[in-house]
Amino acid sequence: MIRVQAEDFDVGAEMAALTGARKDIGAVVNFIGKVRDLEDGALSAMTLEHYPGMTEKMLADIEAQALERFDLQETLIVHRYGKLEPGAQIVLVITASAHRQAAFEACAFLMDWLKTKAPFWKLEESDKGRTWVEAKQADNDAVDRWQEQS
Amino acid sequence: MNIHYFAWMREQIGKSVETESPPAHIDNIDDLLDWLTNLSPAHAEALADRTIIGVAVNKEFVEPGAKLEDGDEVALFPPITGG
Repeated sequence: MIRVQAEDFDVGAEMAALTGARKDIGAVVNFIGKVRDLEDGALSAMTLEHYPGMTEKMLADIEAQALERFDLQETLIVHRYGKLEPGAQIVLVITASAHRQAAFEACAFLMDWLKTKAPFWKLEESDKGRTWVEAKQADNDAVDRWQEQS
Repeated sequence: MNIHYFAWMREQIGKSVETESPPAHIDNIDDLLDWLTNLSPAHAEALADRTIIGVAVNKEFVEPGAKLEDGDEVALFPPITGG
């Protein structure tokens, strides 16, 4: 399941809704990405812009790849957009499987892929001005790692 | 043809979407980028570095040489930074 929304999310409620009634799930992993303050300045806000329609399509595509590659019972991706304050939650990935390895690996796989395939752009506003965040080569390298393994 | 821009490309060009009718011989993304670059100084500035421009047609990523059809929805954007 995927959701793109402006609203915040509650990981406990999301996990309960996704896995609470299931008896075949032995492992649940979640990842939460948050707005981090700058290393050399005071961040006042981070605004996430996205491409409505394509974002949902790409997240669904990434989720389908994870379900095909790993032995999973359930997955959830929630990604926020709009203006967020430092410390705010940005993204939630939950993976649930019978055993822990698939859940751990699929969670990392989903985050690595969505960093480079989901059309979001981050604008940082701080005491130094406003800056569009640049893409990191490390994020591309992280995705390449999965391609080498497949 | 609707052309969408995102992030700083949108800011430099000054709009998030524009409807353009390029001539018929513009039938791929590379040629479209050449054509858009000549529309205004702002377009030229925003589209100057071809190596970093991401392209989607009908909400799917494509390569710069990809073919275009009438009515395609094109999106041009800087490298994505989600997650």
